Amino acid sequence: MKANYGYRDGSGDYFIEIDTDLCDGCADCVAACPASIFEVGEDENDPLSDDEVASVKADGRKSLEYDCGPCKPVRDRPELPCVASCKPGAISHSW
Amino acid sequence: MSAQASGEKKEFWRWKEYNWKSDEIDWRKGKIITAGVDVGSVSSQAVIVVDDELYAFSNQRTGSNSPGSAGKAMMWALEGTGMTMDDLHYAIATGYGRVNVPFTDRAITEIACHGRGANYMYGGTVRTVLDMGGQDCKAIHTDARGKVTRFLMNDKCAAGTGRGMEVFADLLGVSIEEVGDMSLEVEKEPPPVSSTCVVFAKSEATSLLRSGWDKEMVLAAYCSAMAHRIVSLLERIGVEKDFAITGGIAKNRGITRRLEKELGLEILDTRYDTQIAGALGAALFGQALVKKGKGRKKSLA
Repeated sequence: MKANYGYRDGSGDYFIEIDTDLCDGCADCVAACPASIFEVGEDENDPLSDDEVASVKADGRKSLEYDCGPCKPVRDRPELPCVASCKPGAISHSW
Repeated sequence: MSAQASGEKKEFWRWKEYNWKSDEIDWRKGKIITAGVDVGSVSSQAVIVVDDELYAFSNQRTGSNSPGSAGKAMMWALEGTGMTMDDLHYAIATGYGRVNVPFTDRAITEIACHGRGANYMYGGTVRTVLDMGGQDCKAIHTDARGKVTRFLMNDKCAAGTGRGMEVFADLLGVSIEEVGDMSLEVEKEPPPVSSTCVVFAKSEATSLLRSGWDKEMVLAAYCSAMAHRIVSLLERIGVEKDFAITGGIAKNRGITRRLEKELGLEILDTRYDTQIAGALGAALFGQALVKKGKGRKKSLA
């Protein structure tokens, strides 16, 4: 499942995408994110599956604008810490 | 004397609250009975499913007391069926208030539930589901069995949702059930209001009314702004046929007609109440979980 969590600000809509089919539940992203927006657990959007996958924390979904904003510089953009930390390449972003 | 002082204040945002039960199903002969309760920001529904078939439901407003609304919705769905909570093998909560429903065994996200519910209501050909609720909007891709393959959710905002529509109905003094049709009664489509943000759109609408626009034109401008916003959300995820809408906004033809036009495709029709999709999906997950042996029914004290 491709899970998109996003926000809208003055310049458009932005999304973090987690591909739960690629995610192995290693939790590297949980440690890598400076704003700690990830968690690993049962996939709450796929209740019939037992696999543990990463997702954006429920209480972090409303504040992505402020949590993800600092990792979205205007230029000289380094790779996002969450994307860089994910070995299976399950995390991508839309900006 | 103002309308309020004379006691004649009409509540234009009010929509019909009701319950329903099937005459064809005898639940006493059923093997697995499950319930789904969807506590949304604006409305709450409870659905009872017997052996994978919809048996009964209720649909009402969520009050300020969210666990209370869940209980009330459940009792209303049970009303007249002769069934009690003890007859349920599993109960699942979904929606905003899902973590706060005391009598359910488990909570499941509304994304999973709307995908599953739409699959039942519209059939296995549905690939894209747009859940337009009272306070937010989610785009979901599903497979033939109703499993979510991709979804997109944005941070919470009432712009372009059911609650925004209610505010407009109240502002213009038009019943919420009529705003959609009324917005289609314009000769020429007006330019959309510049923001779907309820607060901005409301003040813009007020100034349009003062400048001489009639209600139909203002509603058309708002509905069309809402349709634009939904299309921009859908563009990100892509629309695969068949396309269905769940939630209260699916009943608003002013939105659905404009969406069909902008997307260039038809939106599926259903004989079911589109507002029950989430609770229906939850009850259907209950069926699947009981069959998987995952039914861990709470003792009902």
